[in-house]
Order: sequence, then structure tokens, then C-alpha cells
Amino acid sequence: MKEKLQTLKEAALSQINAAGGLEKLNEIRVAFLGKKGEITSVLKSLKEIAPQERPAFGQLVNDARSMIEEKLEEKKRTLEKKLREEKMKAETIDVTLPARKPMLGHRHPNTIALEEVERIFVGMGYEVVEGPEIEYDYYNFEALNIPKNHPARDEQDTFYITDSILLRTQTSPVQVRVMEQKKPPIRIIAPGRVFRSDEVDATHSPSFHQIEGLVIDKNITFADLKGTLAQIAKELFGQETKVKFRPHHFPFTEPSAEVDVTCFKCGGSGCRFCKGSGWIEILGCGMVHPKVLEMSGIDPKEYSGFAFGVGLERIALLKYEIDDMRLLYENDTRFLKQF
Amino acid sequence: MNTPLSWIRAYVPDLDCNAQEYMDAMTLTGTKVEGYERLDADLDQIIVGRINKIEKHPDADKLVICQVQIDEEGTSVQIVTGAPNVKEGDVVPVVLDGGRVAGGHDGEKVSGGVKIKKGKLRGVESNGMLCSIEELGSSKELYPDAPENGIYIFSDNPTYQGLKLGSSAISALGLDDIVFEYEITSNRVDCFGVLGIAREAAATFKKDFIPPVIKEIGNSENVSDYISAEIKDPNLCSRYVARVVKNIKLAPSPTWMQRRLAANGIRPINNIVDITNYVMEEYSQPMHAYDLDQIEGRKIIVRRSNEGEQFQTLDGQMRTLDSSILMICDAQKPIGIAGIMGGENSKITDDVKTLLFEAACFDGTNIRLSGKKLGMRTDAQAKFEKGLDPNTAMEAMNRACQLIEELNAGEVVGGAVDIYPNRREKTRVKFDYTHTNRLLGTDISKEEMISYFKKIDLEYDEATNEVIVPTWRQDIACQADLDEEVARFYGYDKIPVTLPSGEAMTGRLSFKLRLESMARDLAQQFGFSEAQTYSFESPKVFDKLLLEPNDPLRQTIVISNPLGEDYSIMRTLPLNGMLSSLATNYNRRNKDVRLYELANIYLPKEDSTKLPDERMQFILGMYGKGDFYDLKGVVEEFLEKIGIKKPLTYQPNTNRNYFHPGRRAEIYYEQESIGYLGEIHPEVLDRYEIGEKTYIAVLDMPKVTELANFEIKYMGIAKFPAVTRDISMLVKKEILAGQIEEVIRKQGGKHMESYHLFDIYEGEQIQQGYKSMAYSICFRAKDKTLEEKEITAAMNKILKGLSELGIELRQ
Repeated sequence: MKEKLQTLKEAALSQINAAGGLEKLNEIRVAFLGKKGEITSVLKSLKEIAPQERPAFGQLVNDARSMIEEKLEEKKRTLEKKLREEKMKAETIDVTLPARKPMLGHRHPNTIALEEVERIFVGMGYEVVEGPEIEYDYYNFEALNIPKNHPARDEQDTFYITDSILLRTQTSPVQVRVMEQKKPPIRIIAPGRVFRSDEVDATHSPSFHQIEGLVIDKNITFADLKGTLAQIAKELFGQETKVKFRPHHFPFTEPSAEVDVTCFKCGGSGCRFCKGSGWIEILGCGMVHPKVLEMSGIDPKEYSGFAFGVGLERIALLKYEIDDMRLLYENDTRFLKQF
Repeated sequence: MNTPLSWIRAYVPDLDCNAQEYMDAMTLTGTKVEGYERLDADLDQIIVGRINKIEKHPDADKLVICQVQIDEEGTSVQIVTGAPNVKEGDVVPVVLDGGRVAGGHDGEKVSGGVKIKKGKLRGVESNGMLCSIEELGSSKELYPDAPENGIYIFSDNPTYQGLKLGSSAISALGLDDIVFEYEITSNRVDCFGVLGIAREAAATFKKDFIPPVIKEIGNSENVSDYISAEIKDPNLCSRYVARVVKNIKLAPSPTWMQRRLAANGIRPINNIVDITNYVMEEYSQPMHAYDLDQIEGRKIIVRRSNEGEQFQTLDGQMRTLDSSILMICDAQKPIGIAGIMGGENSKITDDVKTLLFEAACFDGTNIRLSGKKLGMRTDAQAKFEKGLDPNTAMEAMNRACQLIEELNAGEVVGGAVDIYPNRREKTRVKFDYTHTNRLLGTDISKEEMISYFKKIDLEYDEATNEVIVPTWRQDIACQADLDEEVARFYGYDKIPVTLPSGEAMTGRLSFKLRLESMARDLAQQFGFSEAQTYSFESPKVFDKLLLEPNDPLRQTIVISNPLGEDYSIMRTLPLNGMLSSLATNYNRRNKDVRLYELANIYLPKEDSTKLPDERMQFILGMYGKGDFYDLKGVVEEFLEKIGIKKPLTYQPNTNRNYFHPGRRAEIYYEQESIGYLGEIHPEVLDRYEIGEKTYIAVLDMPKVTELANFEIKYMGIAKFPAVTRDISMLVKKEILAGQIEEVIRKQGGKHMESYHLFDIYEGEQIQQGYKSMAYSICFRAKDKTLEEKEITAAMNKILKGLSELGIELRQ
């Protein structure tokens, strides 16, 4: 019996070894381990063995069975692996074929630039607020220390609706509205559309955007204004960016300044982009004029503050090197998709 | 404003800086220099030479051979020229071999100049070139002593007597100068004159400022025997100064004056005109000269014009005036438009004998408005508009008279007419140097601050702690103005750099802005790119969009001074901008275009003194891939995203005529319209020249914002199985899916979880006027497995409701 078992075992193992497919493997399982299989029948013939040898022989049979099962399983895994490999080989694709992209839209470059600015200011504790685009003359001019017939009104060619209502020429009126409504400390930026009667060309548009900033608190200084704008310029145009403050005049700030940043194209050495100067004019700013504070109900003896205004299109055009402002309002998707 | 450096140096003699240093330093103290031009940028090796001998060229009729002496020692070079105007003995500008000139004698400048090399002209050696004023980069206009056509000849101008041979012709002609272009801010009226800028330059470079010394001159006669003056409207004319000059000798002004004017780009005319221009440039005080013999009644009256009066200005134009325009008149008639232009009837002619000089101060605003009304823009007007200092008028007048005498242009009559009802006095401003340091964040000593003030003629009164402000600095009125003076001379660049102290604050976007940002994100996920269009448009847009004549949206905010009709009204509908942008894309053959915009419409209020209702509109537009239902999907995804949970309803009965009548809907949330969408009417598409079906959806953001809600509560994932029932129906065509769904929602009971339309069909096998629709309805309970009878009961209720709509189940 022992010999028979040994022969069977060897036969099974060699058949398993030779098996070329899962079906064959199954046949082998049935032939040896099935109900009528050969090992099973050896087990059935246990009774022909002397009772005292039965446990030992039974153990032998079971060992043979386990071993065959193990080998079957092992072979099965090998065969399956091979099959899968073949299948995958057949499934090889050309990964260099074009991608299938979902159609995604793009933000307007003005919006991208604006959100960038908003992100920086919100991080510095500024609230983003808005004001009306059609505005009272009072907020757009008078409350900003630009009385009727002030020459500054001519510099900003204004679209009028009535004598007292106009299309705002700047976002500065939002300053006044905020000061009227809130008590200091105030830290806001106010982005929005503004209008001036300029004919459309590569550098002018009758409608464009500004971002106004206003900080009012006790002990706000011109040095704070410098620090704040230097920080913004770095965030916006790169850590290497330097700023230059030049005296200027705005009726609603005193002292006033215009701010240049080092040309981000050449880093300040001078190039065609900055017309050789190494600097690019970027915004106007100053310490809020005491008259403006007073008119808005804030005591200039107790509080001081600074304000600044920057053209959004100017930032967008500079940042993305767009050479014609008209592109911003044509909305050609070939333009928009680049942002 | 342009000035040559030489003119500034005339008052700041110690100024020693190069052009770039000047530009940078002046800009940093607030006199912004936009740029500069070296008049001799393209000139090189041009000296004074004398033609000692001229011979005919053997092989060319139009050329001559000149022997030109180029130094005092007698060195001579041979130069061939074709110029018609030279003769032996002429002293001329000569460019030597290897030198450069600015351009051709036709006045055409060549960038970088033209290099001159020796060579042969028709076989004869030539070692340079004799120069015309055009070749030196200027013109006969600015150098009236230059010949009409040909070489500039120094020896024809007595001023140049004694000019050394071999010396620089560039300096002799005053071309070794640099002209600066300034951007002067409107508050610095004083800097519209050379003297004002020179004062700033002296302060900037810490040099002495030496203005011209003005002496009051005049003969023993009295001006009042010649003329008197009267101001009828002192609000518009704060001062009127007049003097008389007799025995006028009209002649060209001297070369130095011509050169200075030329460098400023002003054409020299004759001594009288040049003096008025010179003084205007110097003091920023316009002057005018009248022919006294043309002034009737020996009287000047400054008054407003009569309404509709006609007047011929000295440029020959007839002007129609109105009563807001200020005139200079004699006893009988107007003789000039105040501050803008004199009259034809009193202008200086070649046979003028006696003239009246006027230096007045007119109201800037009035001059500006009058200029606008008349469509005129003169140099004088540009100065007056700034609002001049009346105290300058007398000084400028005396300066002019002094120049008359210096130039020997006439005899100045003694005394001046001076009507000055309200003298402007120096003002005093309280000064607190600690405030300056507090505001600037600096630590500058009081002494240093006061030293800055002194440099710009601001006196400090120690006793009262006041700064005394001269009348030409009308911009200094309060402490902050003094702070700025300190800041700019201390140097903006030296002020420290700090960040605001004080309590920390939370930055944030408003809820409205957050929602707009979400709208952008969502639109972009569906392939829509952001457009920006103008807020104003043409009133013709309404016809283009097929709006009814009485549509309330035709009531618009109208711009009273638009750029043209196309930009004359504020939009009440966001469609035109979108359709125009889509049309641009269609015209440029862009495929599958999807755009969105977030922008305001402006709805006027009944009370026109109130600001209009500005409503942010979220508009989506597309052509190409996708249809009505795709766009509807985007709208619903957005509203769901911002927390609008209840289903929307769509009402096809809308009067939005720009949409296809069978493909349009008003979007309702509960009982309120929050937007609309549809396919654009083919007629409208034709008008915008869009050749593809186009869909537009608009959401009214203020309403949407009210509904938005970002509160989310987790609902628990269903544990018990769902049961689905499908129904297939025969439905009359006019019944809307919305009606069926309303029945399902109302009758489905509390366990009805969801439903969806999975088939819709009309055509063969379906009777005319009907459609087949199939819905799948899903039931589920939170707490148990539903029993068959519960579902049947719910389904029966639904079917009953449907049958009330006349809907039959298909078998």
C-alpha cells in the first residue's frame, strides 16, 4: 500500500508539473482527490490494513493529499499569474496617444490678478468690500477733497448721469462709505469697476478696474504705508522686488506718493519693457488727508491712516505681458484659455 | 512742461549734475521728470570753420570746392559742397571727418545720426561737410536767422562776431543743452514756470536760487494818461495789470532769447511776441500785447460777453460767445477773449507804434470752461486754468518791460495800471514738528525741517510757531501739507519701513464675493471661461434683442456725456455683452465656445436722485457642443452647490422675446423668479451673426445670495433596501415633465426617495399629439424594509394624480 501511495503521489506531482492550463489542473484534482479519485480510494481501502498501522498509514495518506493540494494550488497560482501577464501584454496601449481632457473653463486674467491681490490682503487682515459703480458726486469727488470745479475733475474725464450722479472714476469713494459706517480700526480693500471717458485703444479703456486700500487706526504712519506696499509688491511680483516712493499729488491724501517697483523683466537693470529705467509705475498712495477724515466723521487728531489705489488691468497686463488692453474685453477663448 | 537745463542754470548757477542725476533727484523731491532729450545727442565733431576759398568743381556744375579753415592756427581742409548760399569768408558749422550730424538737410532726422567720412565727390576729395541747421537737428522755424535753404552762416549774425575758429559750433548754437520734460501736478501751479522749477532744483541740490532782479522802469510819463481799466466781474478777474510801451521798434529778438525759446520748442517771432512768451515761460504768467491805437476810448473793461456775440480772434476765426465768457473790451467793443486769445481787431501788426501790455489773473475754472465751450486750447489758457497767483502778475509785467528796455524794443511809459480789489496775502500755517514725525514715522529734528522750508521760501515764525506761506504756494494750507514738504526734502526713500501695529484683524471676503467665486469655480468646471464686457451699451440693443416697445427694461440710466451712442446707456440686461462676445468667437471660427460673466445690470429707480439698483448677474452663454438641458444642468449644479435644496420649477410662459418661443423658461424657486434660460431666437442670432444654436442662462445673484446656505447636516447612509417602480405613460404633448414630477412629489408619500425620467419618445407607434414618457420611482424607508402594500398604496396615489392630468399608463 505504501508503495502504491508513493507511486500515486509521484504520478500526481509529475502530472501537476506538466499541466499546461487550469482545466488540466482541475482534471488532475478530480483524478486524484475527487470522490472517486485515486488517493480517496486509497483512503477508502484503509480497512485492508492492520488496525494498529491504520493511524500511521492514514497520516501518510493525508500528508500525500495535502502535499498534492499544495502543489495544485501553487501550480494554479503560477498558471494564473502567467495568464494575467499574457492578458496584460495583449492589453498594451499607446500611452503617447492624445489625452481625453474634460472641457474646463478659465478665469479672466483680471480676476486671477484680483484674487491674487485679495489673497495677500486677506492674509494681512484686510476685509474685501464693495461700493456702487454708479455713485454720487459727493462720494466720488467732494468727500475726497475734490470740490466742484477742482482741476482734478478734469484729469479724470467723468461720465455724468445727472449733476449729482456719475459713473465712479475711482474706487476711492468706497473709502468714504466705509469710514462713514465703521469705526476705526479699519483695514479694507475695495476692488471694482471704474469708468473714465477715454477712447478705446491699446492702453486705454473707458471701463477698467481699480483696487482701493484703506487703513485707519491710531498711530498709522507713512512708514507703515511704505512697509505694507513693499510687502505686497514682494508677494505679487517676487521676493526680489524693490519699491520706490516718489512724491506726487492726490487731493485726498497728504503726503501723497506714486510707487514704482523694480522691473520684474530685467530686475531693475533696464530693458525695453521698463523703457530702460528699471522701474515700473504701479500705484498711487498717501496718508489720508485730514479733511477727508473729518468729512467722513473720523477725528484726525485721534486717528491717521493711509490709502492706496492700483489699476487692476495694469497689474494683469504687466504680469502676463499682454500688450493690448483691448484683448481683455474681446473675450476670445483663444486668449482666455491661456490663463 | 519742458525746460532746457541751461535756463534752469541761469537761476541756479552752481547746479552741477548730469542729466540722469538731475532727473532722479528732481523726481524724488516731487518735480517728476518724465525724460530728457540731449539736443546734441546725434552731433559729433562739429566745429566753427571759415571758408577761405571757393572754386568750381571741374566735373560738376552744382558742386563747389571749399578750402575751410578749421582752427585759429590756419589749418585748412578741403570740403566739397553743393550748397547754393556760401561765399568766401563765411563762417559756418563744419562737421569733420569721422563726426556725426542728426540727419539730412530736408530736416529728416536719422536715429543715431549720420556718420560723415572723408571721400571723393565726383573725383574731388572732401574731408567733411558744411552743415545746415536741419542737419544739426533743428529747423528754420526755431532758428529764424538760418537761411531758407543752405548752410547756416554764423558770420551773417552779428552776435557771433569773434567766434573762434575750431571752437564747438554745437555750443555756439546752444545745442549743447538738455531739455527735460516734466509732469507737474495740478497743485504746483508755481512749477509751470521755469522759475518755479529752478527754485525746486536749487532746494533739491542745496544750491542758491538766484531769480532775475526786477527793477521798475519807465519814462516820466504816466500810464494813466494813456489808459484806464475797470473790472466789472472781480470774481472772474482778480487782478488786471497794464503798462504802455511806445515807439515800438519791431525786430527779431536777440539770439540768446531765440535760443532759449527754441530749446523750449517755442518759435521765435519778433522781439515783442518773444518777450511775452519768454515771460510766460519764466513766470508761468501769460501776457498779451494790444495795439493801443486800436483801443477805443482809452479804456479797458473786463466784463462778461453778451449772449450770442460774435467775435473774431487773432487767428482769423469767428467765435460765438455766451455770457459766461469773460472778455477784454475797450470803451466800444471786445478786443480779446480773456486768458484765451486776443482779437483780430487789436492785434500787433508790423506798423504798431504803441502797445498795451496786459498781465492779468483770471479765474482758472472759468477759463477752463470757456476754453471747452469754444473748443480752444491755447498756451495762455493752459496756464490760467491752473489758477495763478495774482501777485505774480506785476512782477511778470515789470520783467517784460525790463526786457523791452534791454532789447531796445521801445520806450516804457512810467507807472502801471493795477486793478487788484482783493490782494492775496501770505498765509500762516501752524506747524507742529512732532506731528510731522508722528505721521511720517520719522525722527527728524525741528531745525532740519525748518531748513527744508527755507530752501523753498517758506519762512518760519518762531514766536507763533507758524510757517509763512508765499502766495505762489496755494497748495500749502494745513499741517499735513507741511508734513509733505518735510517728507519730500528729507527723502521718501529715507523714511523707515514698518508695518501697522495695533490689534490683529481678521481678513475676509464678503458672503457675496464668496458666492461669486463659487459661481466662477462651477462655471469653469463645466467648461465656461470668464468674459468681461462693458457696462454701457447702445440703446439700439433693445430692438436687436426684440424687446417690446413698452418693455420696462428700456428704462435705463443714460450717460449725459457718453463716448458715443454705442456707449450711452447703462445696461439693464446682461445679454448684449455675452452675445457680442460669442459673436466675436464665432466670427473667428472658435468651436464649442462657453463663456460666463459676473457683472452688474443697472435698474433705475423711480426717483432719479437715488442711485440705481445694481444687480449682479451670473450669465452663462454657449454654442457648439451641448444644448438647453446641458445648460440647465449647469444652473442646477450651481444652485445645489450653494445649498439650494428644494427643486426649482421652470415656467415656459415667459415674455423674453430674445429666446426661441418654444425653448425658454423662467427659473423659479418657490414662488420667486431667480433667473431664466433659453435658446436664443434665430432672428437675434442672425442680427449678431452667430451661425450656431446658442444658449444663455442668467441668474440674478442678489436673489440667489438670499437663498444660499452653506449649512450641511449629515443625513446617514440608507441601511434598508430601496424598491424601484417603473411607470410608462402616454401623455398629451402639451403636458410638461414638470407637471408630472410635481404629482410624483406631492403624491409619492414620505418614503418616495427619488425619481427620474428614463425614456421619452414621440413618433411612430405613438398616437398623434401624444408622447410616451417613462419614470423610475424609488422608495425607501429609513428604519425598515418597505412592505409591498406600502409601495402599492403610494404608487396608486401617484397614478390617481396622473390620471387627473389625463395621463394613461401604457400597457
